[in-house]
Amino acid sequence: MSADDVIEIRGLSTRFGSLLVHDGLDLDVRRGEVAALVGGSGSGKTTLLREIIMLLAPSGGSIRLFGEELLGIGEAAALGLRRRFGVLFQMGALFSSLTVLENVMVPLQEHTDLPPAWLREVAALKIALAGLPAHAADKLPRELSGGMLKRASLARALALDPELLFLDEPTAGLDPLSAGALDELVLQLKESLGLTILMVTHDLDSLWRTTDRVAFLGERRVIGHAPMRELVRSPHPLIRDYFDCPRAQAAGVAYRAA
Amino acid sequence: MTDAPADAVSAAPPTLEIAGQTLRCAGAWTLDGADRLAPAVGAAAAARDVTVLDGSGITRLDTAGAMLLLQIAADRGAGGPDWQGLAPEDAALLDLVRGRLAAGGERPPAVRPPSFVARVGEHTWAHLEQVVGFLAFLGEAATAFARLLRDPRRLRWRAVLNAIDDAGADALPIVGLLSFLIGVVVAYQGGQLLKTYGATIFIVEMVTLTMVREMAPLIVAIIVAGRTGSAYTAQIGTMQVTEEVDALRTIGIHPMDLLVLPKVMGLLVALPLLTLFADVLGVFGGMLVAWWLLDFGLVEFAERVPDVLSWRSLLVGIGKAPVFAVIIGLVGSFQGFQVRGGADSVGRQTTVSVVQSIFLVIIVDAILVVNFGSWGLR
Repeated sequence: MSADDVIEIRGLSTRFGSLLVHDGLDLDVRRGEVAALVGGSGSGKTTLLREIIMLLAPSGGSIRLFGEELLGIGEAAALGLRRRFGVLFQMGALFSSLTVLENVMVPLQEHTDLPPAWLREVAALKIALAGLPAHAADKLPRELSGGMLKRASLARALALDPELLFLDEPTAGLDPLSAGALDELVLQLKESLGLTILMVTHDLDSLWRTTDRVAFLGERRVIGHAPMRELVRSPHPLIRDYFDCPRAQAAGVAYRAA
Repeated sequence: MTDAPADAVSAAPPTLEIAGQTLRCAGAWTLDGADRLAPAVGAAAAARDVTVLDGSGITRLDTAGAMLLLQIAADRGAGGPDWQGLAPEDAALLDLVRGRLAAGGERPPAVRPPSFVARVGEHTWAHLEQVVGFLAFLGEAATAFARLLRDPRRLRWRAVLNAIDDAGADALPIVGLLSFLIGVVVAYQGGQLLKTYGATIFIVEMVTLTMVREMAPLIVAIIVAGRTGSAYTAQIGTMQVTEEVDALRTIGIHPMDLLVLPKVMGLLVALPLLTLFADVLGVFGGMLVAWWLLDFGLVEFAERVPDVLSWRSLLVGIGKAPVFAVIIGLVGSFQGFQVRGGADSVGRQTTVSVVQSIFLVIIVDAILVVNFGSWGLR
């Protein structure tokens, strides 16, 4: 394994009963890159993501996260790894009974010994880093708009200064303006915090704007893994179908021209 | 642990040292070591004569460390202190944190907790609002019921039957066991007393009337409130959270018609039947105790029951069941619709639903018992 690979997946298989979701899947994510998983509905993107973040055990193969094998990992080692990545869930998954500030403080309280006043300040800083105004800190999740909810959830994902960030459909359900702003935020965080980012997304603008490499899932494997410019020229019929529809074409034209 | 070898060097604990006008920072200024800096940062921020911040020794910096550096540097007059020796990427991080903190603006001061008087007022108001809300709900349910009477084909039979099955048939074992035990307890407690007076013959009156008039309807209502009323609240509450209730409305289905009336009607059928079942099991429990403790023949006991138990008593007991059914069904549904927001609200309203329905059941029972006398139903 190259020292620069944060995630290394070899021969992964996933089976739900008689349904084979992944079969011999290989994937690498390098340190410092923004990678994306794409593919049609039911191609196993979210399943793969859940396996990498240890919410779901794969049926076979190997997943290495920061060089450590996840299959058969012990509790203590898993906890050590969990501390090093953050996850932005699709619906935010903020704890509904806690304010935004308290939500961001949860991982900090759990994993550090900071004095309470500092906890609050670090949490407030993460909220600012996620691009939320300071007065949002005392709001409950249900009082936030969709875009603010994503940012608040991002602030919680960033709480422990992770090296690796997982984003599950970060721009889904956002208006184009908020989605664009979130893309810029992701890029900015990657640049300034040196994050590695793996996202699952259907948002073609995001794919063109933010990613370094995109992995295309189909036929239970990764059938294409390249920067967008190259991936859209792939001859594979599944990939062509995906990127040949009018919507994909429009997004592609705009960015290739730029 | 699994850190790359390079990390071992950069993971040296953070240090802070004041040398004249220079403040030297070294080591890994990260979230992990930050707690060790707590005393030093306070002292450094107070050292007013420091004009130079030397960051050349910093091996690693994250946003938490950058925040601490900025705290030390704060309030140093125009231009702030001179930063020296910071690695370019660390300086960039410092700029980012500074920029973001400034862009976020000031946090409004924390709202002071309301005074005692204000809290009493808020609670009173909230309770009044609940009462008014429940009355409105009652009205809505009544109009929905009237609509149904005018057009009975709108009744959702399947939902009603489901409700009867859930609230009635599935509750038989627990209702049976508990009322049997209550019958045992009543006979046991009363039997001892009657024995001392030599009036054991009255054990039949005691068990039968206590169970049929009072215990069976109450125990059934309490079980159903805890078992089924809470489920109604949780179900409607979750549908409220996931906007399913709103979806029903937009499709043109009144939530009352689908979610409330079938449940209440199901309970209206199930509760009297459960009460009758509890009557039988309760009296049976008392009968066994009378036989075992007072040598009262089983047949003798069974034969006396019809003499003791008038139709009037039976109806008084079972007649309460529909009243309790309406209370449990309406309170359970009403609290479900009161859910706002997310998971914690579902839990809170479910608790409120069970407490309120049991509370109302007992209050209404007391009112009925007192009034039955004056209505000639003693």
